[in-house]
Amino acid sequence: MIGFLTLALLVGLAIAAVRVRNLMTATAILGVYSLMMALLWCQMNALDVAFTEAAVGAGISTVLMLAALKRIGIEEHGSTHGPLARLLLRTMQEHEIQRRARGIRPERAATFAALLVCLLFGAVLLYGTRDMPKLGDPKSPANAHPEVAQHYIEESDTEVGPTNIVTSVLGDYRGYDTMGETVVIFTAALCVLLLLRHPQGRRRRS
Amino acid sequence: MPSLFEHLWSHWPYVIYILLMVIGLFAVLAKGNLVKKIIGLNLLQTAVFLFYISIGKVDGGTVPVYWDERPDAVYENPLPHVLMLTAIVVGVSITAVALAFVVRIKEAYKTVDEGEILALDEADRGAPEAELPRADAPEPEGGV
Repeated sequence: MIGFLTLALLVGLAIAAVRVRNLMTATAILGVYSLMMALLWCQMNALDVAFTEAAVGAGISTVLMLAALKRIGIEEHGSTHGPLARLLLRTMQEHEIQRRARGIRPERAATFAALLVCLLFGAVLLYGTRDMPKLGDPKSPANAHPEVAQHYIEESDTEVGPTNIVTSVLGDYRGYDTMGETVVIFTAALCVLLLLRHPQGRRRRS
Repeated sequence: MPSLFEHLWSHWPYVIYILLMVIGLFAVLAKGNLVKKIIGLNLLQTAVFLFYISIGKVDGGTVPVYWDERPDAVYENPLPHVLMLTAIVVGVSITAVALAFVVRIKEAYKTVDEGEILALDEADRGAPEAELPRADAPEPEGGV
């Protein structure tokens, strides 16, 4: 069974990363979160995912965040009212809940509206778990499909070769996915380059 | 038909994944700071990874690497592992592009707070900086 303790720690780290004011601290906590996640992948027997999470999630991601924070600054100011809070306050105005609308500060409105959406979202997802098979069920559709998972496990030794089944699937059966992934990385690198290069005479907010 | 409590008891990992996902979504929606939103996006993403890998969990299964000494070994489903490998890398690409946008926004607006950016945009359009801009307010001439 997967570790309850690891999952509880992950929840605690997630809350800490969202709540903490200093963005540098938040980035560090996110790195710890990623490493804990790698530990959890080990517990769930997904070693390749653990490697990738530790190298890419905890490593490259954190470095990217720190590099960006160097240009952005690490202080998070008090949240002013964004689109969501405006929507909520405007809706309250239109429905003539005037008195209460005036009493709510915009920052509070943002938190309130987000909580409302999150609770609704969580409830819908919880309802959705009714259709999920029990964790670890070998007869669940995803695990018992004869032409996908079962085929990979039984035939990849002779059809492809590598001892690691994940490698066979990544490089051969789902090779096009991996190619698409490299296209995504290429496009992302191109986007970053285009966004961050310094053309001559750039105007403010142009 | 199992009761709600029995169902949640037998599916408890999913409940925690949903909790993680909701925390991420909350950060994306409620936090004004754009970097905080990216952190929330990362949290949301990892919750989805957890969800996928759980689908491929098999009771008594071992790492999907052929174990020659044990021909009767049960292996985990390797397919979700592969899909999530791809997704982790794509997630980092998303983070990189989002951070590049935030750096660019910081250069142009001198702030990375959502509300302040909207206020600056309104000031640019010549609209009065009202507490609550009306939805049916006429667009000023020569706006963006």
